[in-house]
Amino acid sequence: MDENNFLVEIPFGILIIWLLRRFLATPTRLPQLDKRLAKLWVPGAVVWGTVLLFGTQLKLNGDLLDNAYLLLVLAAVLWVAWQLRAYVPARTVGLAVAPYALCVLAQLGLQLGGKKLLAAYDDSTDLAYSLSFFWAVALLAMARNQKNRLAADAQRRAEELAQQQLIEAQNAELERIVVERTAALSQQTEELREALTELKLTQAQLIQAEKMASLGELTAGIAHEIQNPLNFVNNFSEVSSELVTELTQERCRPARDPGLEADLLVDLKQNLQKITQHGQRAASIVRGMLEHSRASTGERQPTDINALADEYLRLAYHGLRAKDKSFNATLKTDFASGLPLVEGVGQDLGRVLLNLFTNAFYAVQQRQKKGGESGYAPTVSVRTEQVGDEVVVRVQDNGTGIPAAVQQKIFQPFFTTKPTGEGTGLGLSLAHDIITKGHGGTLTVISAEGAGTTFTVCLPLATS
Amino acid sequence: MKILVVDDEPDVRALFEQRFRREIRSGALAFSFAYSGEEALDYLHGHHSEVVLILSDINMPGMSGLELLRRVRIEPTPPPPPRVMMITAYGDSESRAQAMSLGADDFLTKPVDFAALKEKLLALPSA
Repeated sequence: MDENNFLVEIPFGILIIWLLRRFLATPTRLPQLDKRLAKLWVPGAVVWGTVLLFGTQLKLNGDLLDNAYLLLVLAAVLWVAWQLRAYVPARTVGLAVAPYALCVLAQLGLQLGGKKLLAAYDDSTDLAYSLSFFWAVALLAMARNQKNRLAADAQRRAEELAQQQLIEAQNAELERIVVERTAALSQQTEELREALTELKLTQAQLIQAEKMASLGELTAGIAHEIQNPLNFVNNFSEVSSELVTELTQERCRPARDPGLEADLLVDLKQNLQKITQHGQRAASIVRGMLEHSRASTGERQPTDINALADEYLRLAYHGLRAKDKSFNATLKTDFASGLPLVEGVGQDLGRVLLNLFTNAFYAVQQRQKKGGESGYAPTVSVRTEQVGDEVVVRVQDNGTGIPAAVQQKIFQPFFTTKPTGEGTGLGLSLAHDIITKGHGGTLTVISAEGAGTTFTVCLPLATS
Repeated sequence: MKILVVDDEPDVRALFEQRFRREIRSGALAFSFAYSGEEALDYLHGHHSEVVLILSDINMPGMSGLELLRRVRIEPTPPPPPRVMMITAYGDSESRAQAMSLGADDFLTKPVDFAALKEKLLALPSA
């Protein structure tokens, strides 16, 4: 080794330290040790300066100091590598410099021993240096790759972590939005349910109100219908009492008239029958009225449509006549004899018929009120018949008729042509529901404006 | 004295016949019955001047009692014109005024007070 080497090796050592600190990031990995590493250039600089300035005067062995410093540097590198052995590039760095450090150590040992190797060994020494140097270069390159790979891995992990965190944040946000929406939806559902309940309640109230309204229309008719039989009951009882008195007197007479007595007895018997008959008539009207006001049980029973139609025709007629004293109409009934009973809810069917009759009377009354038609005879007729396996009820009037445009709407709820307060607009709508949904039948209308209207109810005999 | 009773209730006949059985038996009163205004008019056409009094219900299907009264009053009948008494379950003043303006002689409300009716009938001049 000549002194020219000397100029290079100390800066080389300082460079190694600088590279080491940079490559293994010792300031962050080993902050304590790094502080000392950072000062390692000082002895190098001192030796370098001293030898360069005063080497010849002081007869210093520059080569020895040079190697000693390099060995110190390499030892520091190995120490750092050992400290960071868990870090793969650090291990590789340690392995990279170890042979070179051994070479330097060996040379230093020889120098200290003052022995000079045989010239024959110079070549092998150079070879060892070269080999260890290339070994170092190769492994350092490998370490650099490892470091880059690790850095790339770390970055990828960091990115993945960031990605994962982002996804988690998004999930949390989605979760929050879902919870929010769910809450809003369930609140809406709750509100809708409440509204529905309220609507159902209102509907029930309206149906009941419509029932009561029709009952109100009937009240006067019912009163009249009950008053009539009651009058007969009273009159026939009174007259029977007179007949009994007369019979008693007759029996006391010396010359009894058996013929007269027999007549009186026949009359008495007949009167008692009439009292019973009219009493039953009044009772049946009261029963009908109660049935009408009662909530429907919806129970189907064999129902006599003829009797039902007859009863409600009279009630409707007297109901209207009670309100309009001058009103009169001809009632025509054509009830099919032997009409089979219909499986139905009598009360509901009665309401339908009552509604149809009330409308019919209203229509003829309106036409009569308009006036201007001489010889107009208001007529409402009802006809029953069996057609196939259906019972058909036709309610016909020669009233005002329904304009074609209005015919479309008459079965819609709340549609009414009557002035406010006179009709609920539910009558025909309910009637339609009762016939179609309740009994599987049909309710249809044929009408000609100015000529009259016919409503036809078809009820299947056997409802499945 | 012939009286025509017009009412759509068939049992009215039995009632009148029993209520007035003594008068009928004695021949003081004679009753005929019609169950509608139309039937009453037919009867009147067939029995001119026989009927002295018409007792008619107002509320009947078809021709009402008031319509019957109007027709009786406008139709030329041999004198003397029959007296007409209206009977109704609806004894309101409006109906009464209407009946009177159409030429009714009297206006009774149901339930009929037969004792009062009997007095009225027997008090009639031709009875």
